[in-house]
Amino acid sequence: FVFIMRCNFRIVLFLPPGLYKTPGRKMQIWLFYEELVIRPLHSGDIYASFQFRTVWETDFMRGNKVSHYRLFPKSLGQVISKFSVRELHISFTQGYWRTMQWGQPFQPSPPGAELWVWFQDSVTDVDGTWKELTNVLSGIFCASLNFIDSTNTVQPSASFKPLGIGNETDHRFLRYATLPREIVCTENLTPWKKLLPCGSKAGLAVLLKSEKLFHSSFHSQAVHIRPVCQDWQCKTTSWELRQTLNVVFDLHNSAQGKREWSLFKMFSRTLTEACPLASSSKIYIDITDNPQGEQFEVSPATPLLSQAVVLGDRRTFSVYDLTQQITFGTVRSLNLLIRWKSSEGDMLRPLLHAERYVAGYGLQTGEIHTLMYNNHPYRSFPVLLLDSVPWYLRLYIHTLTVTSKGKDNKPSYIHYQPSKDRLRPHLLEMLVQLPPNSVTEVTVQFERALLKWTEYTPDPNHGFYVGSSVISSLVPSIVAMDTNSTRERPLFSSFFPCKEESSYFVRVYTEPLLVNLPTPDFSMPYNVICLTCTVVAVGYGSLYNLLTRSFQIEEPSPGLAKRIANIIRKMRGVPPL
Amino acid sequence: IFFFYSIHLLHTADNAGQFFSSGHTNNWAVLVCTSRFWFNYRHVANTLSVYRSVKRLGIPDSHIVLMLADDMACNHRNPKPATVFSHKNMELNVYGDDVEVDYRGYEVTVENFLRVLTGRLPPSTPRSKRLLSDDRSNILIYLTGHGGNGFLKFQDSEEISNVELADAFEQMWQKRRYNELLFIIDTCQGASMYERFYSPNLMALASSQVGEDSLSHQPDLAIGVHLMDRYTFYLLEFLEDIHPASKTNMNDLFKVCPKSQCVSTPGHRTDLFLRDPGSVLITDFFGSVRKVEITMETINLTDPIKQVEQRKYSYVDQLPVSEIIHQKPKQKDWHPPDGFILGLWTLILLVFFKLYGMKHLKHIF
Repeated sequence: FVFIMRCNFRIVLFLPPGLYKTPGRKMQIWLFYEELVIRPLHSGDIYASFQFRTVWETDFMRGNKVSHYRLFPKSLGQVISKFSVRELHISFTQGYWRTMQWGQPFQPSPPGAELWVWFQDSVTDVDGTWKELTNVLSGIFCASLNFIDSTNTVQPSASFKPLGIGNETDHRFLRYATLPREIVCTENLTPWKKLLPCGSKAGLAVLLKSEKLFHSSFHSQAVHIRPVCQDWQCKTTSWELRQTLNVVFDLHNSAQGKREWSLFKMFSRTLTEACPLASSSKIYIDITDNPQGEQFEVSPATPLLSQAVVLGDRRTFSVYDLTQQITFGTVRSLNLLIRWKSSEGDMLRPLLHAERYVAGYGLQTGEIHTLMYNNHPYRSFPVLLLDSVPWYLRLYIHTLTVTSKGKDNKPSYIHYQPSKDRLRPHLLEMLVQLPPNSVTEVTVQFERALLKWTEYTPDPNHGFYVGSSVISSLVPSIVAMDTNSTRERPLFSSFFPCKEESSYFVRVYTEPLLVNLPTPDFSMPYNVICLTCTVVAVGYGSLYNLLTRSFQIEEPSPGLAKRIANIIRKMRGVPPL
Repeated sequence: IFFFYSIHLLHTADNAGQFFSSGHTNNWAVLVCTSRFWFNYRHVANTLSVYRSVKRLGIPDSHIVLMLADDMACNHRNPKPATVFSHKNMELNVYGDDVEVDYRGYEVTVENFLRVLTGRLPPSTPRSKRLLSDDRSNILIYLTGHGGNGFLKFQDSEEISNVELADAFEQMWQKRRYNELLFIIDTCQGASMYERFYSPNLMALASSQVGEDSLSHQPDLAIGVHLMDRYTFYLLEFLEDIHPASKTNMNDLFKVCPKSQCVSTPGHRTDLFLRDPGSVLITDFFGSVRKVEITMETINLTDPIKQVEQRKYSYVDQLPVSEIIHQKPKQKDWHPPDGFILGLWTLILLVFFKLYGMKHLKHIF
């Protein structure tokens, strides 16, 4: 008796989150945390940052075969073990982060897609593994990551240090690539949501509706996988998967100009429960600029307050704990409301921000200008600038100048790898000390190359993109940073590891550039063929006819009577008329 | 009660019998939109509406290869981002919330399309981008875009001809990559694309005959472009009435969009198909077959051996300035070993004086 069903058949096991024991095996630990941070911005926009963190104590390396994935998504687990990945960071961004209006983001990301990976030192062929990894990730995230090849991959020598634990930092195992043209849409969000333990059915992920998320000024989703310390002793490692989603909603697009934000207005959903598999599920609202409630008002009110040192500043947050039933009140749903009362007060100016643009005219040469602003009144700090320029913009490095306040500023470290046509892009890394309260300008001239006509995209008149520059820096902080990495801290303050108290690490991305290359007229082959064939046909054809045509006299055909008479004469044997 | 139960059993057995007689065990769909640029919004809407119907009728994302040549939903000219509408006044969002596009943007090329069909993809291609069909698969192939007599244009830069397409299907037949194949094309002069087919078990539908243009349906004034093509619009309306257990057959599909509604004459070709079109269900191609067998056996999983290492780990410094500055060794120019130049000159002088005599020595010193 075979029972045939035409519907989905799924068994759901409800286990207490955290510990899981199989008979005869050591205790395995899975932990899942989710949080949402809402920061009202001074321009009336609102910045929401989701973070989902899954921690899994297991060892992928040294040939251990792992087959029981519980909260950790199996697709990513198999990718890590098959390609011997030590760290993986991938982000998809739509829009550009405006540092001067919005401050610093919790997790920076450049427009388009960015992927950087640290491989284990057991990998023998890093380039081959990198190519296979990009293809597999393009299938997982429904993105065109298979366009990452040697022409846009670089090997930074100092910029991207591992964010997880590790001792060896041999940069031969690091690969970095960006695709500035990559579009982010619902088809990238769908597989991203499927990696979460609760999917988009419970917890904070319920708010992730694509129609609202993509109708925003900035949208960025990222996946970060790295090994972390399990506890304060740091004798064992666990794998941490962080999925982050940053979105900035525009006052005029989403709120119709009224300075009143609510969860329903932002996401068209309200919260009803936390994810049952989460150990902690919290919402933080940044009320640092609003100590007495004179700028904006948050409802429903909450007694929980928390302070955290993040991005060099001590911020105060109202906390809503979704694991407590009391948060949802009698209506069993949480819809946070933030109503602005006055629009005074100004924002703390970010200490570091950068711009980039192309100068020049015509389609032959140009100049790339990168400006880095240090807004600290008296401290100077070092920045590491990473520039990766495609091979078809031929940089003239002898024209590289770095000037601060009008004077020459010699970088203390320069690493330059010239490009090879169709093989490798330019890589320029410089460590520059920015003087206090100054603008540092980096200029370099380039020449545009002519591509072969098969190398042009189907829409070459749109232009060609140059990826964002990455500026990594240790910026002096206002308050002492917490260097104890294993204490329980909110997720948004524990992204970058902190080694010293007086400064914090920050990464700033510039705009990508859109450059026009000299584009041929693609209808020319057709025109040439037509013209040539016409010339050949008319010229050669008429000449050939003149030379080889011979003329014969032909009698006009006789009338009907004459023809009949000719037939009769032929029958008689007499010559015709 | 026993009487009703026996009737139910008979009905189930009858359904089961019909279930097993269709000849295919799995369903695949390859849906391709070949046009780029915002004014070709309707081609993306066409493909997405077929995608939506096919998903609704049961084919999972892992069995659908969706190729969209340009992004309309998150295009900056779209007044409602993350949506693609098929009906004016924004009634139906065919893009939805759960969509997975396998080939997008510049990846939609003739080469990739033919490689997907014939299965000759590079080894590192992920599973979601492959057509992993076997000889018991029913495949639905839907193409839309701009076409002409005997060709279909891909992204305004290249084209696929009907001969290439017919040869690709023949390759698929010889490699046993399909059981039955339904080919639908919605372009101008679409019937020219199927006139060269010669492999068995192919059924084809087109939105217009040779010499005719397929027309678009209606524009939406808020979005500013035409939303759908006529043939696919009426095809979508027809498919919305189909549910996974419906018994409508192919003859009803051939009647979709008569000349009065479509302005062009839709055509179809069934001479290569072995079964009678009247006995072929719509759900044979648009729906999905899934057989589930419940078993009560348990399987024991073996435990991996775990090694415990006692090592102290730490985080890495993100910007170690002093390390970076001293990282690069100073570029030393290569000099020849010491005394080499001196020895070389001595040798030269000795040879010179040997040849020409020692009397020149006084001129040097």
